[in-house]
Amino acid sequence: MGANLSAVAYLIAGICFVMALRGLSSPTTARAGNLHGIAGMVIAGATTLAAPGVLSYGLILAGLVIGGAIGTVIAIKIEMRAMPQLVAAFHSLVGMAAVLVAAAALYQPDAYGIGTVGTIKGLSLVEMSLGAVIGTVTFSGSVVAFAKLQGMVGGAPVVFPGQHWLNLAIGVAIVAIGVRFVGSESHGLFWLMTALAFLVGVLIIVPIGGADMPVVISMLNSYSGWAAAGIGFTLENSALIITGALVGSSGAILSYIMCKGMNRSFVSVILGGFGAAEGVVAAGGPARPVKSGSAEDAAFLLKNAASVIIVPGYGMAVAQAQHALREMGDKLTKAGVKVRYAIHPVAGRMPGHMNVLLAEANVPYDQVLELEAINSDFRATDVAFVIGANDVTNPIAKTDPTSPIYGMPVLDVEYAKTILFLKRSLASGYAGIGNELFYRNNTMMLFADAKKMCEDIVKYL
Amino acid sequence: MTATALIQLYVFVLAGFVGFQAITRVPPLLHTPLMAATNAISGISLVGSLVLAGADKGIAATVLGTVAAACAMANVVGGFLITDRMLKMFRRSTPAD
Repeated sequence: MGANLSAVAYLIAGICFVMALRGLSSPTTARAGNLHGIAGMVIAGATTLAAPGVLSYGLILAGLVIGGAIGTVIAIKIEMRAMPQLVAAFHSLVGMAAVLVAAAALYQPDAYGIGTVGTIKGLSLVEMSLGAVIGTVTFSGSVVAFAKLQGMVGGAPVVFPGQHWLNLAIGVAIVAIGVRFVGSESHGLFWLMTALAFLVGVLIIVPIGGADMPVVISMLNSYSGWAAAGIGFTLENSALIITGALVGSSGAILSYIMCKGMNRSFVSVILGGFGAAEGVVAAGGPARPVKSGSAEDAAFLLKNAASVIIVPGYGMAVAQAQHALREMGDKLTKAGVKVRYAIHPVAGRMPGHMNVLLAEANVPYDQVLELEAINSDFRATDVAFVIGANDVTNPIAKTDPTSPIYGMPVLDVEYAKTILFLKRSLASGYAGIGNELFYRNNTMMLFADAKKMCEDIVKYL
Repeated sequence: MTATALIQLYVFVLAGFVGFQAITRVPPLLHTPLMAATNAISGISLVGSLVLAGADKGIAATVLGTVAAACAMANVVGGFLITDRMLKMFRRSTPAD
């Protein structure tokens, strides 16, 4: 295939990817959009294989079959609950592939037509460094994020004195080595730079706490795009550049939305250390009385309500309570109760996490509403049913400027006539602050495992 | 800066804007499938690894290229399949409700 024809094919692939993203603007067109994405990938892959530089196909085929088989098995086996760690794992693969390609371009520049060993163009070396460094940070950062999400290491932030200075020093060192590398094309410096980037990836993720994971995942998504774009510049391949830019900006926008959902700056999330003591009971003051109820009490209240808004949080995902919850919602709907779900932007461990879990349990998406769309309805709601969420309902975010979550948009469950809080204990949420709502007169605490309690409520409906 | 590099920069910046426009229209409802889909398409680095693995430029390049191709392919296939699996689950209320 000629170079011009290839270039046109890559452009078409790029357009397919844009169409794929456009399709995702509505659930009705999303699956068709995904097919565009697949078409784009097939076009790009076939074009590359048909290029004159590709001579032997045996190993390629083996690699593709093995990779494809692994991908298929994972995609079929994975549970929806594990989606955040799966996405993190996939990000690490993108990072890894970018580093491998950058390294290969350094050792075999003639394969890509960017010169010969020792005489690679300076600009190519710059692009190569960017691809390798960003790819490595994506790789090691994603591995750490995966380990945290999978519970292989503790989710609590790891902070130590001088952390930010250390990161800064390593960052400066990477830039300095990068400049020397571009001047000398030294393989040793390339690997030194990559090793330091690996360290940076680990160091920037370890101080970030579990509840900030949505930002981290989006950020790594963004990095994986920039890494692909860096490789695209090295290989002078427009399909790679277009895709890298698309993915990079996608991740950046998601990070921004997540930060806004928490009213925290991107910098403060990245600097980390938020909510060091997760899951402790708010200290200080005498124990205050709370009203707690049984499944039967809850069922009675729900049955006699005209409208119910359910607020799910990460606790629902942990307890895998979405199916039992949907059953409860169905029973109530049949009994004539208006049931809706309110989703906070940062509920769960990744953007849209709750929506996918509810969709898995067969909750129709037109019953699931975002914060802006539903927040004013709590005043006219009989029962707010909060399941496994806490900080995102805490009114202190609106009243106390000294609170760590001050300014964060919260769901106004406090205005509902009755609030049912389904939680295992009175423990505070990730921000380590108590929730005033637990002690209100119109609140009833349901202390139980979320799934068990939903199943019990269903029995009494 | 060479002409090619300059054109590449144009492509990069314009594609970034197109991405921005497309992504801001994606509702929060579909943010998880969006991440899975962008994950799949960033497996486009497959293109780079295929060139490398097939160029017959020595054992190191071939092995590196093949490993990279396998990584990227796992991403592509896994990403698209999981996106479709998720999207299949999203449904509206039936009119009977």
